[in-house]
This record gives sequence, C-alpha cells and structure tokens, in this order.
Amino acid sequence: MALSSDPTQFTIADARDALTAKQISATELANAHLGAMTAATSLNAFITETPDRALSAAESADVRIAAGGARPLEGIPLAIKDLFCTKGVRTTAASRILDNFFPTYESTVTQNLWNAGAIMLGKTNLDEFAMGSSNETSYFGPVINPWRVRGRNDDLVPGGSSGGSAAAVAAHLALGATGTDTGGSIRQPAAVTGIVGLKPTYGRCSRWGIVAFASSLDQAGPMTRTVKDAAIMLRAMASHDPKDSTSVDMPVPDYESTLNLGIKGLKVGIPKEYRIEAMPQEIDVLWERGVGWLRSQGAEIVDVSLPHTKYALPAYYIVAPAEASSNLARYDGVRYGHRASGVSDLIGLYERSRAEGFGREVRRRIMIGTYVLSAGYYDAYYLRAQKVRTLIARDFTQAFQKCDVLLTPATPCAAFGIGSKTADPVSMYLNDVFTVTVNLAGLPGISVPAGVSQDGLPLGLQIIGKAFDEETVLRTGHAIEMAAAFKAAPQFWWRTS
Amino acid sequence: MSEGANLSKAQASKLIDGATGKWEVVIGMEVHAQVASKAKLFSGASTEFGAEPNSQVSLVDAAMPGMLPVINRFCVEQAVRTGLGLKAKINLHSVFDRKNYFYPDLPAGYQISQYKQPVVGEGEILVDMPGGETVKVGIERLHLEQDAGKSLHDQHPDYTYIDLNRAGVALMEIVSRPDLRSSDEAAAYLRKLRAIVRYLGTCDGNMEEGSMRADVNVSVRRPGQPLGTRCEIKNVNSMRFVQQAVDCEARRQIDIIESGGTIKQETRLFDSRIGETRSMRSKEEAHDYRYFPDPDLLPLTFDQSWVDALARDLPELPDEKKARFIKAGLSVYDASVLVADKEATEYFEAMIGAGAEPKAAANWLNNEYFGRLNKAGIPISAGPISPEAAAAIVQMVTSKVISSRGAKDLADIVWSEGGDPRTIVESRGLKQVSDESAIDAAVAAIIAANPEKCEEVKAKPKAAAWFVGQVMKATGGKANPQTVNAILRRRLGLPEEG
Repeated sequence: MALSSDPTQFTIADARDALTAKQISATELANAHLGAMTAATSLNAFITETPDRALSAAESADVRIAAGGARPLEGIPLAIKDLFCTKGVRTTAASRILDNFFPTYESTVTQNLWNAGAIMLGKTNLDEFAMGSSNETSYFGPVINPWRVRGRNDDLVPGGSSGGSAAAVAAHLALGATGTDTGGSIRQPAAVTGIVGLKPTYGRCSRWGIVAFASSLDQAGPMTRTVKDAAIMLRAMASHDPKDSTSVDMPVPDYESTLNLGIKGLKVGIPKEYRIEAMPQEIDVLWERGVGWLRSQGAEIVDVSLPHTKYALPAYYIVAPAEASSNLARYDGVRYGHRASGVSDLIGLYERSRAEGFGREVRRRIMIGTYVLSAGYYDAYYLRAQKVRTLIARDFTQAFQKCDVLLTPATPCAAFGIGSKTADPVSMYLNDVFTVTVNLAGLPGISVPAGVSQDGLPLGLQIIGKAFDEETVLRTGHAIEMAAAFKAAPQFWWRTS
Repeated sequence: MSEGANLSKAQASKLIDGATGKWEVVIGMEVHAQVASKAKLFSGASTEFGAEPNSQVSLVDAAMPGMLPVINRFCVEQAVRTGLGLKAKINLHSVFDRKNYFYPDLPAGYQISQYKQPVVGEGEILVDMPGGETVKVGIERLHLEQDAGKSLHDQHPDYTYIDLNRAGVALMEIVSRPDLRSSDEAAAYLRKLRAIVRYLGTCDGNMEEGSMRADVNVSVRRPGQPLGTRCEIKNVNSMRFVQQAVDCEARRQIDIIESGGTIKQETRLFDSRIGETRSMRSKEEAHDYRYFPDPDLLPLTFDQSWVDALARDLPELPDEKKARFIKAGLSVYDASVLVADKEATEYFEAMIGAGAEPKAAANWLNNEYFGRLNKAGIPISAGPISPEAAAAIVQMVTSKVISSRGAKDLADIVWSEGGDPRTIVESRGLKQVSDESAIDAAVAAIIAANPEKCEEVKAKPKAAAWFVGQVMKATGGKANPQTVNAILRRRLGLPEEG
C-alpha cells in the first residue's frame, strides 16, 4: 500500500513496513495517533491517555529500529482496554470502585505486547467490569460510536464491552487495541463499528493481570482494522503462562504466514439454529452473501445443527454472573479501591463501599450470581447451566465432525441509539445471542466487517473454529474480508480542529 | 435394634452419669493441620511463623485484581502422603471449590477449598487407650484448603488491623467419623493423628503456633439411642482444652436435656479461662457459602503410579513401629507410649543403635529420663543426655557395672555436667561393689554400732530395710543391694527372702 500522508490510515502491517523502511519514525506515528486522540475526546473512547509514556516508548523504538533490532510490533501504537492491569498506570475496569487503582504489576498479555515492541497510547473505556453490550455501564460515561446513521446526527453505541477499544480502532485513534471477550465483548463491538475482532480459544492468551469478570469465559484478543493485523497482534499476545493454570502450553503459530493459503476444499458449516426469529432481513441477506463468497472461493458449504443453541443465552446469564459474584467479592473497600467514608461497622463498610462503588448493571449481576449459587437454587440454576454448557460444547464437537469452520452473523442488529435499550436488560442481553455459544464452548471466533445496513451502519459476519485452530479461523476471515472488500468508513464528524 | 442392651465393659465405663441415668457422649473431629511447606498453597509467598505482619503476602494472597492461584505441587504431595498414612482412599481426580463469605481477613471474599470431591477419601486411625483398648476411628475425608489471615482487634481502640501473613497457607482438613466416645478418646485421637503427621513430616503438629487446630463436634444420647443434636466447638488449640471442652459441653447438653430442654444445633467457642463453651452462631445464622468449582483452577488429577511411588517412600509409621517394638520385647503399653512421640521414638532407636537392650532402654526412658525432662520442662530434643550416653548408662546397669542407685547418680552427673558415662564411672568410683568381704565388713560395723536396732529387726524382719539403707549410705551407694541384703540376713539370722 502506498504511503499515506496520514499515518493514522495505516494498518499495523503497513506501519510495520513503513517503520522498517524508515519512511516514518515511531515518534511520528505515535504523535499522529496522539493528535487524533486529542481531536476525538467527544467519543469518550479513552479513560486514561498516556501520551508521555507513548512518546518515550516511541523514542526507544526509533533507537531500536535505527540499530536494526526491531521486534515484531516495534513502534506500533495500541490502545489497551482498561481491564488489563498496567504497571504504574491507572486501571479502573470502568468502575468507581477502582477509580484510583494503580497496579504494581503488568498483565501478561500487555507485557507480551511491550516485549514485542508495541507502544501504549492509553487505556480504553468499557462497560463496567466488562458487563454490558453497549458501553453504557461505564462509570466514566458511554463511548460514542464513530458511525452514524446515514444523514443523521444521533449518537449510537459502539457495542460492548470493549466499546472504547472498538471506537478507538474504528476512528483511527490507534492501529489496534486489546479487548476481552466473555460473551461477545470483542466480536459484537467490532461488528457494530466495522472492524475485525478476534476471540481466541480459551487458554490461548493468559488471563493473569486482567480484571476478572467470569473466569471460565474471559479471553483476551485483538481488535484491528484488518484480519492480517489481528493475526499479527494475536501472535504477540498469545503465550503459555505458568501464572494462569488455564492457559495452554501449545506452540503459537505464525498466523500471518498462512492467511493467503485460500479456502479451497474447506468445509464451512451453516448452523440452522442461528436463523433466529425476528432477525432483520438484512442480517439474513448478509449471511447468504457470506455463504456465496466462501463457496465461490472453493469452500464446500454444509448444513449443520447446533440443537442446544437456544439455551446458550440463559445458561450464559447464569454462569457468568455466578462467577462474577464471586470474582467481585474482593472489592470490599478493605485493601484498595473505593471505601465509603463515615462508616463505623464492618457490614456497613461492605454495604456502603460496594453500593457506592458498583454501578447498576454490576450490582444486578452480582445479585443474580449470588442467587443462582445459593443453597436450594444451585442445582436448579448453576448446575443445570453447566450441563447446558456441556451440551453446547458437544454440539460444536459433533458439528466439527462435518466441517472445519462455521459461518454465522456476528450480531442480530447494527449499532443502536444511546439509551435505547438500557431500560430493558433482556433486550440488551440479546445482543450476545450469536456470540455467547463460542465462549461457553471455549472456541475461537472472529467477527469480520462484511457490509452495511440499510442505514449505512457496519455489519459483521462471524467465523467459529475448532479449539486452538485460530489459523483456519483467520484464513477464512481473510477470505470474507477479501470478498466483502469493505470500504465504508465513518465520517470523522468528531474531529474538533 | 438397641445396642445399648449389651454394652461392653469398656463402653460402659465411658458413660457419664446424669441426674436421670447414664449418657453416652459422641464426638467427631475436624482437624486443621497446616502443611509443612515453605510456600503457600496457591502463591509463592513464605509461610514462616512469627514474621512481621503483612511481610509474607503476595499479590495473589492480597487478592489484587487479575491475580490467579497456581497450585503448589508440594502441598498436594503432602496431602496425598497424609492420606496414605491414614490408610485412606486417594482420589485420583479432585476439585477445588470456592467457599464464599465476606470477612476482612479473607481478601478474595472466598476461600479456596475442596467440597464435593476431596483429594483423600475414607480411611481410619487406630487409637490406643491406656486401659489397653484400641479404638478404631473412621476418617471421612481429607481435603486441602487455604487458611485465612488474622484480624488484630487489640492494636487500636477504633480500628481492626489485618495481618495477611497466614492468608493462603495450606491446610489439610481431616474429618473423622463420630466414632469417639469420651474426652480421653478425643484427646488420644488428636495425639495419634499428630504423631502420624509428624512421622510423615507433613505437618509439624505444633498446636501452640496454631499448626494444628481442632473443631470438635459433640452430642450426647442415651446408650443405644440414635445420635443426638450436635454442637460444633470451634478452634480448640490444645489436647487439654479438647478434653475440657468435650467434658463441659457434654455436661451442658446433659443438663439441658435432663431439665426438659432440647439441644440447638450451633457453633460454640470454648473459653479456656472459665472452662465453658458459649454460643457463637446458631444454625439459622450459618453462612450460605455458595460453593462452586473454582474456575481459575483445573481439577487435580494424578496417576496411580505417582501415588504408588509416594506410598513406597513413606516412612515407618507409629503402628508399624509399635508392632516392631513389641516384637523386640517391649510391653504393649511401653511401645504405645513411646511411638506416640516421634522424638522419643527417635531417641529410643538411637539408644538401641548404640547398643542398649530394648526393654532396659524403654524402662530407663519411662522411669528415669521422661520424669527428669518433664520436671525441667524441656523437650527430649533439647535434653542434656545424648542417646549414646543413655545407652552407656543402661548397658552398665545391665552388666551390673553400676547399681540402679549408681545409675541415678551417674545420670545426675551427665545431666548437669555432661561427659562420657564410662569415664565418669571410673573417675568418680561409681562402680558397684560386689566384693563380699568389703560389704561384710560394712554390715558388721553397722550392726555393732546399733545393737538396739538389731533387736528390733529380729522382732520385726521388715525393719531390715533400715540396715540396707545404712550400708548403702556407708558405701556411697556402690554396694550391690542384693549382696547387702543376703549378708545382712545371714548375720542377723533372718530367714532368706523369697
């Protein structure tokens, strides 16, 4: 790709080439993005910006590049979801309860990125403790989607929970961003902001140092503007980590090198249960178009069944809150984080600190989680949900005996208006209907921009793969990307200069 | 079916008298034994006792955001070894669960424990009672769990301080069946359990430092009747307190029932200062711990071959040692007393190794050395007489080089001054005198000096002991007492003993 005059138009791959060829310095690249961030404060994509740190890292990157010692992501400016603990940099999980928390440690995934030479621009906004599908539950206010309905000025949500990361990448404030995905929190915001979002297999990336939401579902992944960039970022993020017992000791392939191998002979499964009631026709049309793209590139399309799909969302909204209710017990105002003042008894300290520190949605999920684990309800809810989870995983195992990957829509709808779904949690939860199954089964899934809605808003398709087969997921995602030739872009309306 | 009708004598002797008849006390124990590990169960932090508050706390122990537990393999190994020592079933697949409750010394808001699938299943312990009875106590399970930190309420008038040094330390919770029937049995069970873990080296058994703590479940019933409602007495931290707590709790329950009341299931605390238990929380106030499998940890799984290898490397345990000692000539009682104490056993075996005859060595320990140590209040490991010196003393008695009286004097010298007993015997002239002519001369002299005593003895032969004492005194304790006795009887014309 020709060198653009605006470095924020680069992909990670472009920037890497331009830096190696010394067509641009890491400092220039960082400055361009820091400038874009300054001009985009109205999007509220960042909770904390770290320009000084970015520039000093960029300087070091320039020294390394000059010395010929560039690492795979040398000088690449990234945005980091504010759920990753970053040493010496405020980490909030978008919650008041961690409003002023400065970790003394660095999460494994971000450390891996810094070890590969990447540069942090700042910490991105998210739904509080990653609980939400619209980035409206953040203590630091909602993130605004860079996209607008054609011809209108209404603010739309960027999806969630990685809404700040999605908006930052879609608005060209960063070349890429980290996200975390518990029920769709990478793929859903990626889909509604027109970018690529990859949730790796559970265990591929270490969870150490990531503020936990639901431990058995949480997984970090890249959010980028191209599939190739996702491949590059994932390789740097993934690792076996002895500090995370659930991370897996498997080699991390060079995903980038196999992206162009094509999908001739690949068996792509179409799960009939994903054709849900009341799904907008444009989603269905997009899905059909995706099928056509893959078939025309030589893939074989097979119909498969995932019979327990309809139980996935209810099971998810039992398992995830159950784990969350326990994971969030540590925020008690005793050792760190928000502590209510003027309380003189222990129970009062817990109640007031937590009531003041957690927002509505977090409190709701803690209560649901506490309820489903309670004596007398455990078997009916938690245990049953775990059984459903086993059945869902088995559905996938059986489907993958007939195919290599699955193709589904990423979301049931395009971006919606701020505030339009906050009154009804269940309608909000339905946003995850196509994504939660993947988390429950621990599989890799990618959302790739594939078209626009009638309103001119981006829509994504999802590729689901076998466990630890991110290679095929990325290769198929790349095939979609090539065929879709998604060129639409938001209208940079937020720029203040 | 009533089993009360035909209680054995031993069972009947344990019953407690109430105002309206006899009662049987039923006891089960949950013992928390700290794993003898330098590092905590899920973090690398140190477990050393008595360190500065909060100096041994990792990010995991303090439950910082995003921190994850990683199982300490060594601790698992010790739990399995303990299970093998309890002749228990080792579960090749077990699961860690979260036990959720809020307390400031529990940083994560949950304790990682094992609930439905513990690492060790059913086993048993044989408990020897002084009367010769052996009580078989069933072990229900052993599981691994984290200890909590400590709340310090006495540091400030308005604030409670928290010390997290202990938070995350590995504990083995060993749960018995309700097979104990007296406070003596409860204490003996705990003593035996402590001996087993100390032999294995899996727990140091130090109750003063809290390395072993017992929750004691107590109920009472009429002999042969179904189990009564139990109360759990929490955190009893010495053998003596276990005994006291059981006794006063059983008495409390009997008094309530006999005066027409019923026992409420509850958790109680034992106050050792006033010798009473008092209510801590009732069943209604009990926490709902919301146990569920910890998603941060994989299930614990191991191969039978790994367990077999641990079993092969297990040291000799008290029961096997006891059998071996009995075979070597010790009485059942002496052998039981010895093996109950790991250090005493090691001392005993070192004496045998140095050439002492087993029975004589055991007698010397039981009749001589343990008394001295108790009186001085020092443990055997810090005692001033080495097992080699003790063996020399015992050997000299056996070979009649010194008298038993001389052995006492010799032990006094070695105790206070040290030195080689054989050299001391030579240099201080402690050798037993068996030379009849020397003893005869001494006897003659005493008789000559005490004519009135002679008459007394002739009338009352039992008074001869006075003369033996005088002769021993005159010979500085060196005379062989049997020789003295024989000569004395001959000279006074008394009949031979026998």
